[in-house]
Amino acid sequence: MAKPSLRSALDREVGEINDDLLRLNKLVDRAIVRSVDSLKRRDRALAQQVIDEDVEINELRFKIEENCLALIATQQPAAGDLRSIIAAMHMVVEMERMGDHATGIAKTVIKMGDEPLLKPLIDIPRMAELAREMLRSSLIAYTERDAIKARAVAELDDEMDALYRAIFDELVQIMSQTPDSASRATYLLWCAHNLERIGDRVTNIAERVVFITTGDMKELND
Amino acid sequence: MHSKIEVRDLDFYYGSLQALRAISMLIWERQITALIGPSGCGKSTFLRCLNRMNDDIPGARMTGEVLIEGEDIYRREVDVVELRRRVGMVFQKPNPFPQSVFDNVAFGPRVLGLVDGRGELGELVERSLARAALWDEVKDDLGRDALGLSLGEQQRLCIARVLAVEPEIILMDEPCSALDPIATLRIEELMRQLRERYTIVIVTHNMHQAARVSDRTGLFWLGELVEFEETGKIFTRPGQRLTEDYITGRMG
Repeated sequence: MAKPSLRSALDREVGEINDDLLRLNKLVDRAIVRSVDSLKRRDRALAQQVIDEDVEINELRFKIEENCLALIATQQPAAGDLRSIIAAMHMVVEMERMGDHATGIAKTVIKMGDEPLLKPLIDIPRMAELAREMLRSSLIAYTERDAIKARAVAELDDEMDALYRAIFDELVQIMSQTPDSASRATYLLWCAHNLERIGDRVTNIAERVVFITTGDMKELND
Repeated sequence: MHSKIEVRDLDFYYGSLQALRAISMLIWERQITALIGPSGCGKSTFLRCLNRMNDDIPGARMTGEVLIEGEDIYRREVDVVELRRRVGMVFQKPNPFPQSVFDNVAFGPRVLGLVDGRGELGELVERSLARAALWDEVKDDLGRDALGLSLGEQQRLCIARVLAVEPEIILMDEPCSALDPIATLRIEELMRQLRERYTIVIVTHNMHQAARVSDRTGLFWLGELVEFEETGKIFTRPGQRLTEDYITGRMG
């Protein structure tokens, strides 16, 4: 049974912030999917759409941040409530930057023009799927205030790093053997790097979830 | 850091009603210690144990020890008047005497014979009013009636009156509950200045005041000390569920 609360105004507004965070999550997930789809299909119109839609992500991030600030100023939250609100403020920054990484992939797709891909895409779509899974799981850990699930998300980042390292090594090898392929290899490297950074940012979200639930601030992946 | 007050296993009863249970705590010198908790939780009773203000309550009984600088203040030979000079108290409602500002502050030193001559007394009154951040407002007319001061000024006058007898510890029982927000902030600012010289223990209903002003905070609940920790920790990551529920307003 829910505990009786004298803080219904605070609870309601925290609920609205949580709803907005989930909306932001959806927008970021959509940006990741579309940016990698645009790469797979070499669809510059779709890539441009990802860039244009990033505005929505930025606006929602600022809206959430402003609501958090107003909540702190008007409701003086403490302890767990305060940690949740401060964590939400950090999380929206991470999510907004993930949107920027997706935009980075989309910009690369536009830059690539009609040049054929250097190699078939295998690991980059896998990285994208892993990034989405991590993001989804981190939001579940957040809504359920589950530190164990949050730590599990951070462990997935090791897989992400391993995929990135494999792609990196492969592309560097191709570049050293066929220097003419350098620019096309670099495009793919940028895309992979953006996805790897998304994994790092999801890990930061997982760290915030651990902070909300336990009060401990520490790196989950060194 | 040096502990100024040590409380050991203190129980307190009003007749058959137990108001405090097994309270043990160390209060550090030159810190502000805030005691919070709902009405009737025992925090004011506890505060009054620290200068034996409960002694005269019929049927009241206490066990355990309260040591100041290592000496038990409940020993038979302790001079209670001298104890209350060392451990001054500021109350919820400003209670100046219906006398001049000067005489209010001079009252304690005169009664206790702390000074020789008018000149020395004048210096002590000025110093006390200055430390209570009231001097600038009253220096031009120390003969004015204390009851003509604003409530915030009256409370600072009461603090000056405590300071005039050169205490070591100042107990404050809801010192701002009768004051407006600006007067409240002035008292809080004053407390931070006083902390340089004195050990302060404040009982407050205002959790945000405890958060703003104190170094350490203790939560009392049904006569027990639930948690006593650094204020920053209490208000961001308390160790006890009860503390979390109380300070986030999720208590039934």
